[in-house]
Parts: sequence; C-alpha cells; structure tokens
Amino acid sequence: MSISLQDLLAILPELIVIGAACLVLALDPILETAKKDLLAWLTLGALAMCIGVTSSQMTGHTYAFSNMVILDAYAAFWKLLLYLVTGLTVLLSLAYLKAERLRIGEYYGFILLALAGMMVMVSGADLLTIYLGTELMSLSLYVMAGLKRTEARSLEASAKYFVLGAFSSGILLYGISLLYGLAGSTSLSVIAEAITMQGTSNPILSLALVLLAVGFGFKLAVVPFHMWTPDVYQGSPTSVTAFMAVASKAASFGAFLRVFVEGLGAASADWSVLFTIICLATLALGNLVAIVQTSIKRMLAYSSIAHAGYALIGVVVAGGHRGDGAGGGFASVLLYIAIYSFMTLGAFALIGMLRKEGQESENIEDYAGLAKREPLAAFFMLVFLVSLAGIPPTAGFIGKFYIFMAAVNGGMTWLAVVAVVFAAISAFYYLRIVMVMYMREPEGTVASQSRLETSPALSFVLACALAGVVLLGLFPNGLWSLATHAAPLLK
Amino acid sequence: MNHIFFFYFAAVIAGTSVLVVALRNPVYSALALLIMFFHVAGLYVTLHAEFLAAVQIVVYAGAILVLYLFVVMLLSIRSEERYHNQLPVAGLLGVTLCTEVLLLLIQSRTAPSAPGRSVEAAAETGNTEMIGEALYSTYLFPFEVASLILLVAMIGAIILAKKDIIETTE
Repeated sequence: MSISLQDLLAILPELIVIGAACLVLALDPILETAKKDLLAWLTLGALAMCIGVTSSQMTGHTYAFSNMVILDAYAAFWKLLLYLVTGLTVLLSLAYLKAERLRIGEYYGFILLALAGMMVMVSGADLLTIYLGTELMSLSLYVMAGLKRTEARSLEASAKYFVLGAFSSGILLYGISLLYGLAGSTSLSVIAEAITMQGTSNPILSLALVLLAVGFGFKLAVVPFHMWTPDVYQGSPTSVTAFMAVASKAASFGAFLRVFVEGLGAASADWSVLFTIICLATLALGNLVAIVQTSIKRMLAYSSIAHAGYALIGVVVAGGHRGDGAGGGFASVLLYIAIYSFMTLGAFALIGMLRKEGQESENIEDYAGLAKREPLAAFFMLVFLVSLAGIPPTAGFIGKFYIFMAAVNGGMTWLAVVAVVFAAISAFYYLRIVMVMYMREPEGTVASQSRLETSPALSFVLACALAGVVLLGLFPNGLWSLATHAAPLLK
Repeated sequence: MNHIFFFYFAAVIAGTSVLVVALRNPVYSALALLIMFFHVAGLYVTLHAEFLAAVQIVVYAGAILVLYLFVVMLLSIRSEERYHNQLPVAGLLGVTLCTEVLLLLIQSRTAPSAPGRSVEAAAETGNTEMIGEALYSTYLFPFEVASLILLVAMIGAIILAKKDIIETTE
C-alpha cells in the first residue's frame, strides 16, 4: 500500500471539501443557534480554496490512485462550475433557511458532501468511482429534499426521489456489470480498447449501452425518465431545488459525457441514434407540458427537463461526427449547461424569496402585478425568463445559438429546426409569467400580496446570476474558448 | 471428505429453502432462511472462499434477515394472507431459472474464465488477504468514497428521524 504525494495533491479539492464537511458537521452541535451562519461562511471559505486549487489544475492530463481519478481540463471545467453554483446556493440558503425557519447546521455539511460526490463523478476515470460519486451525491440530495419535515410534500419528494433514484442506480450498475463482463475491467480506457478490438456488434454491448443510458437518463431527468422531476422539484425546499436543478444536472452531464465519450466512444454511432430519440421526446414533452402548469416551481421543473433536451442535441451531433466537429458539439453542451446554471439558479433564488404571509408564493397567479410592487424583482425575473426562453441579447440565446450551430455544421439541420420550433413554444410559457407580472393588476389586499424578502446575501446571488446572464450574453468568447479547450475528444 | 460436506450443505440448503416457502408462520420461515444462509456460507468455505463466507453471514444473516424480521413484526402479517395466487408467476420463474442452470452446466466446460487474478494465486495467499490488499491499494479511492456514502446515510437517517428540527422560539 502506498499513497504518493502526487495522488493526494490530485484530490486536494475533494479533500478540502470533505474536510470542511466534517468540520461543519462537528461544529454544528457546539455552536449557539445565533452563530450558525458561521457554518455557511466556513463552507464558502472551503469553496474559495477549491477554486484556487482547481484553477491550477486546468492544464495537463494526469491519472491518480491507480487510474481511478483523472485530472484534466474537462474535470476542472465542471468542478469550477460546481464550486460557483454551490457557493451561490449556500448564499441563497443563508437567506432561505432563515425565512423558512429551518436552522439546520447539517444542511451545509450535506451540500458539501453532495459536492464531493459530484467532484468524484466528473473526475472519475473508472466506472466504479463514477458510480460511487453518483451515489454520494444522490444520497445527500435525498436527505436534503426531505428537510422541510413539517410539510408532507417535502417528505413525499424525498421518498419519491429515493425510491426512483435507487432504482435508477440499480439499472446503472447492471449496465456497468455487463461492461465489466465484456472488457474485464471497469476502467474507461480499458473498456474503450476492448470495444475497439471486439467491434460494436456484440449484443451485450448494446444492452449495456441502453442500461447506462437509462441510468444516466434518470439522473439527467430526460424523457421518459423524468417522472420524478416535477414532484421532487416542487416538494423540496427551494434552495435545494435550485441545487438539484443546477449542480446535480451539471455533474450528471459531466459524468455522462465522460462515460459515453471516453469509455463508449467507439460505439458512438449506436448511442447517438438512441439519444436522438430521447432528445426529441424530451424537447417535446418538456416544452408542451410546461405550458399547462400553474405552479411556477413545476413549470421550471419541466423547463429544466426541456433544457436537458437542448443540451442533448450537442451530444447527438457530436456522436455522429468524429474529429473537430465532435469537439464543437461537446463544447456547445458544456457552454449550454454553464449558461443554464446561471439563469435557473437566478430564477429559483427569486421564487424562494418571493413570499406572502411567510409562505412561498408558488402559484403563477401570485406574480400578478409584481412589476408595480417590486419593480426590481420583476425586472430580474424578466431577464431570467427571457434568457431561459433564449431571446437575445441574453446568455440563453448564446447557449442555444452554439447548440444549433453545432447541429447545422454537423449536418443535422432538421434537428436544429425542430429545436427552434420548440424554443418558440417555450417562449410562450416563459413570457406568460412576464405578462402576468407586468400587465395584470394585483389581486387581493396589499397585505396578502407577495413581496420579496431581501437580504444582502440574496442580493449578491441575484446580482451574480444577472451578471452571468447578461455578461455571458454579450461576451461569450471567454467561456466558449474555455469550453472548447475542456471539451472531450471522440477518438 | 469434501463430497460429504458438499452433500450435507446442499441437502440442508435445499431442505430449508423448501421450508421457507412451505412453513405457514412467517417468523419460522425467516428462521429457516437463517439456517439456509449459514449453510450457504459453509458451502463457500469448502470452496476456499473464506471472505465470501464471512460476508454471507455478516450481510445476509446479520443484516438482511433482521430487516426481514422487522418487516414481518411491523406488519404482523397473518399467515393465511401470504399467497396471492403466485403459483403461475413462481412456476414461470422457476422453469426459466432451471433452464438457465442447465444451460450453464452444459456450457461451463467451454466458457472462458473470468479475467483478473487466477484461482491458484488466491489459494496461495488466501483470498481475504488478496481482497484486503486490492481494497487498500488499487481500490483505495473508491473504498474511501464508499465510507463517505455510509457516513451520509447514517447522518441522513438521524436528521430525518430526529424531532424538533424546526425552531419554534424566535
């Protein structure tokens, strides 16, 4: 048994996050209730340290812990995005937990442990580490979904998420075990070699592909494996919903692309057909069902399903083309998820803090006349929704633009056209909320109308999300070059 | 000598398995299952898979069976409600499994052996040592991640079951 210093340095960010999580969990019972905010600041400090360490690991391509962990630009890209998103979630939670009177120190510990799982996922070079990372993330999220224990919906969300998540993990493991039987190893590079040698005609390989696609489909919440999403997103505390919708989706995409490109890249012709079908179903169902929702959290849940569909276009296009074109497709996926993170997080931050009589205003009706009561909040919501709809000059447009460009360059113009049609449909339900906010008169008495509960932390989160949406919309080149640099290559 | 042990374990496993489904009291069924688990572990010992034998007892007899008993006691199932016309399903599954076993027996001589270290190497150093060595060298990182998963599961269960999370005094 020997652990080299290089190995430990390679997982230094993970060690910092896990250490901070343990510290938070240990400090929680000692601290007085009034000083529990300290835990959040401790979490943020750990994240800041991680940003520094991971930034220095951006270049290179090294393995650690006998090829279990890989350090490359791809992993660093996702990790940096995850730190950013987690940091914003922690700040949002600072305000949200107070408003909900949920004062649980373990909350921040669980956020950090979930983050550790996500980091293991995106930097795993072995199906074993990727699977264990997924489980670590999911288990933490199951608990966080049920934290609002006085509300039946929150517990229902937790239970549903747990049962379906465990089920999907089982399917994922099935796929992994078949691949292990095929290649004799769980290492992605060995699996890739074995597939190149044996060819892709093996029916066991096809079965493993399908099972892995189903397993990851659950985590990515794509149709037809999306059933849990609306209930879980609606029932969970809103800060947790934001974390699930953004961070867990980003990490799942990171692990998903890693497995399918680096491990199963040789079979890309097979899986790109599979994902074309999933992608079309996701776009159609996500966008159409979102129209009829009356709860804004549910609507955003369906919207997040639809956005996973847009991102899948990039995967499909890249899967059909080797070489440089493939890189463009994957880079557009990375860019899309990064942009999606900012706008979705911003929208959820606003929803969590728009309250009437101490309760979250969750119905779209509650937003009537918001522009008159809270002009600034309504404006922020307007920007996030316009960006989600993909209207220029916001970042949402840039994300869709690069995805559609990749599709056209890859010779799949028809897919781009279909996606544009669905994007137009999606504008309907996003702009409906804008219309409710700006055109409708508020109902009821002044006291019963929803208002934004502001706090410095919340303002900072909203400002960051808005800056991300606007600045990335105007100057996308920096992020784009980062994404092309980080995107995986189909060999 | 080996054959005597094999036939003893095999006979008890088959006998207790029948008892698990045939006994009318669920608690007796669970106890028959317990005896079966122990004999399966014995079978592993005759195959020089000591680690597997220990795991079999710790996990199945120790954890899973206790879980069964808890469920049986919590639900207090009455014995006559146990069978909801499961015969067709059970028959179908049984026939499928039997065919599978037969196929495996026929093919076992031609099937390729599993990759990785050979059986002889395991017999030399003892398989428990080999598993430990692999866990603490090659698989050290996943092993530690798994320990974190257990930590999360433990704390999560405590949080979800604990009383008065929500602060009432403001």
